[in-house]
Order: sequence, then C-alpha cells, then structure tokens
Amino acid sequence: MTPLTTPAGPATDVRTDPGSPGYGGIVEPADVVDHLLGVRPGDRLDQIRAARPEARANAQKAYEALFHPVDDSQISVAERLAVATFVVGLHGSEDLRDYYATRLAAVGGGSGYVVVGAVDEEVARARGNGPYGIYREPGLAPESRPGPSFEAAAEAVLGGRLSAALEHAQLLVLRPREATPEALDRLLTKGWSTTGIVTLSQLVAFLAFQVRVVHGLRQLAAAGSEGAR
Amino acid sequence: MSTEKTIATETVSAAEQVTTYPDLERPEKFTQENLGWVPWLEPLAVEKFTERHWDGVVDRRRAESPYFALLARDPEVLGARTRTDNDIFYNTKGGLPRAERELAAAATSRLNGCVFCASVHARFASHHSRRPDDVQQLLDEGVGADLGPRWNAVVAASVALTRTPVGFGEQEVRDLREQGLDDLEIADLVHGAAFFNWANRLMLSLGEPENPAKS
Repeated sequence: MTPLTTPAGPATDVRTDPGSPGYGGIVEPADVVDHLLGVRPGDRLDQIRAARPEARANAQKAYEALFHPVDDSQISVAERLAVATFVVGLHGSEDLRDYYATRLAAVGGGSGYVVVGAVDEEVARARGNGPYGIYREPGLAPESRPGPSFEAAAEAVLGGRLSAALEHAQLLVLRPREATPEALDRLLTKGWSTTGIVTLSQLVAFLAFQVRVVHGLRQLAAAGSEGAR
Repeated sequence: MSTEKTIATETVSAAEQVTTYPDLERPEKFTQENLGWVPWLEPLAVEKFTERHWDGVVDRRRAESPYFALLARDPEVLGARTRTDNDIFYNTKGGLPRAERELAAAATSRLNGCVFCASVHARFASHHSRRPDDVQQLLDEGVGADLGPRWNAVVAASVALTRTPVGFGEQEVRDLREQGLDDLEIADLVHGAAFFNWANRLMLSLGEPENPAKS
C-alpha cells in the first residue's frame, strides 16, 4: 500500500457564500423531475412514475440531500450548484442547466451570476461525446478511445477548490473509465476532505442519473401513447 | 494478497489520504466472476456510525462493505440512492422482467467501462434469464453483440441513454415497442440504465475491482 500523503487544507477560496435553503426566494418544486417534465396529476407520466413510488420519492430525497444538505461543512451549497450547472451543461441539457443556473445565480445575494458565467464558459471548453477514455484493464486496451481531459481556465473566479471539482466532474461525466487514485489525490491537495469527495462524487453521479431520467421519460411521453402504434 | 491484510498493515491515519494497492490482482477484462472491490479513500469506521449512518446504509450488513461504508460518509444521499436502486430493480409489480432490468444495468456498465458493476449485473442477468452465453457475449464483444432482436433493442436503448449527450429518442422507443415493451417496461429500462450511470461513476472513481482469491 502506498499512501499519497496530502493533508487537506481549509476550504477558503470559494468566491460565493452558501445560499439560504430557499435560494434567494426561488421556490423549490415538490418534485424536481415532475416539475421539469410538466407532470400533471393523473396524466400518463404520473401513472408511470406512480408505479415506482419509492424510486420517485427517493430520487427527490437524493436531490434534497444534495442541495439542502443536513451538513454543508465539507462542500457548500454554492459549490454544489456550480458543479451541478457544469455537469448538466456538459450533458447539453438546457432545462436542467437553467434550473441549476437560476439557483446558482441567486446565492450570495445574487453574486452567484458571476459564477454562472464562468461555469458556462468552462462547459463550452469541456464538452465532448462520452463515454470515452483509456481502459485500465490490459485486455480492454483495443477498446480504449483516448480523448481530451479538461483544465479549468477561470480559476480567478472559481477558486482552486471549485476548479479542481469541475475538472474531476469532467472526468466522471465523460471518461469515468479513466478515474484513478491520483485524481482523488489532486482533490485532496486542493482542499477537499475525504467526506467532501464522497459528496462531490455522489453529486456528479446523481446528476448523470437525473439528466437521463428526465430525458428518457420525456422521450417516452413524446413518442405518444402505446396504443397509437 | 487479501485486502483485509493490506488495511491491517496501515499505521498512518488514512482518513485524509489516498490508498493505492500496488500488488492487487486486477481483472484483465469484463467477467462474470465474483470480483472484490477495494476503496481508494478510507471508509467510515463502523465504530463511528451514528443512527444517521445506520439509516443511510439501509441494510445494516452493508456496513461491512467498504463501498457502502465509504458512501456512508454522506448518509442521507446514500440512503436515498439505495432506496431508489431497490425500487428500480426489485419492485416487480408489473414492468420489465428482472432479467432485462439487469441486462440494461450490464449494458450500461459495459459501455461506461465499469468492470465491477458489469460483473455483478451480468451474473444477475444470466441467473434471471438463463442465458449466460448471451450475457457473456455482451461482455466479450461489447454493446454491439448480436443477442437477438429483443435484447438488442434493450441494449441499444441502454447505450443511447448512457451516451453523453444523451441520445435516446423516438427510434429507441419505437424499437422497444416493436419488441413488445409497454410504457412501464420502457420506463423501467430508462430507470435501470439511468441508475447505472449513477452507480458506475461511484464504483469507477472511488476504488477498483480485484480478482477473487484463488482457491
């Protein structure tokens, strides 16, 4: 076992303050996925989602746990919203980008809009078609598809800690097969704690799920009712 | 080399540092074997669990797994994650057969490159479908393997859902309906593939798989 020694520093270089739970007066929907899909009581998507009530309720609980956390000491709400805006932006999901960007803009008494602009620019630079990357398994080398990694450019606005988080998010979203212990070590050197990295990882991974549920159910609804074929 | 032995030799507090395993017996490719998984970050010690953490792991036995004990560092998210997972894969009131939910999980993991996740859900798909050779073909050849029209449609839809930007659309829905899937079945597939886009990213980035101990 080789420990990569990296003491975690304090999280001092974040340029925005955590927002209040209401994000500057923005009302939180009872269910984000229903809200984004425009689900109405009794309609087709409502019935489909009602058949998996625990999945529906707990997808919402995961959202609440991530964006209205019990403990925000290891990763602030502002950081969560900035990473979220970046991740859904990388997916090219316009409605989810607007959803999270609106909340990010409202944090810190409205100063978050500066971060929104910086994150949008990072998205434009980081975008790609995933999943790609080089396999760690030798037997899968013929399937490796090398592609770009990402280095954040707006560190002056975002700070080193959040810049490192966006770089890690690009790895997880587009080339998760390239994840390494060294990538975690980079986060630790930029001031992330072990617990903070767990929440950051859950955040990126959850958003990859949420984007796909919203997209998939919307496409299903758009394809018309099953009797129509 | 067993993982337990490795951790027992650790003398420095590992809480805020990364652990690597130079001598790990790593899988060389996708497999249906029963792989282990070792964490790169230190799991939360069971002695430090409070009620909040026990609620987060849902099933108390999961505290013994390094994966779940690591995720227990954020117990509210872990609890919601696990309950979402259970309903998507184990709620069999209507909807997609278990085998095909597992096929969607395996195909998603195959495309993302999660050897560990693919091993677990390929085994489950084999068990529920009694088609281990077809499942093996998916692992060996990748998501382009020809597994017959219905499984091809399930795999193609999982692949489209897994791509970034997400590609799933009218064509995939039509193909699934032609194979007899109704709306709830398609929704189950969407959720199964979407969920593994959550799970794969955790498993791939917080640790790595190891081969089973040779008997």
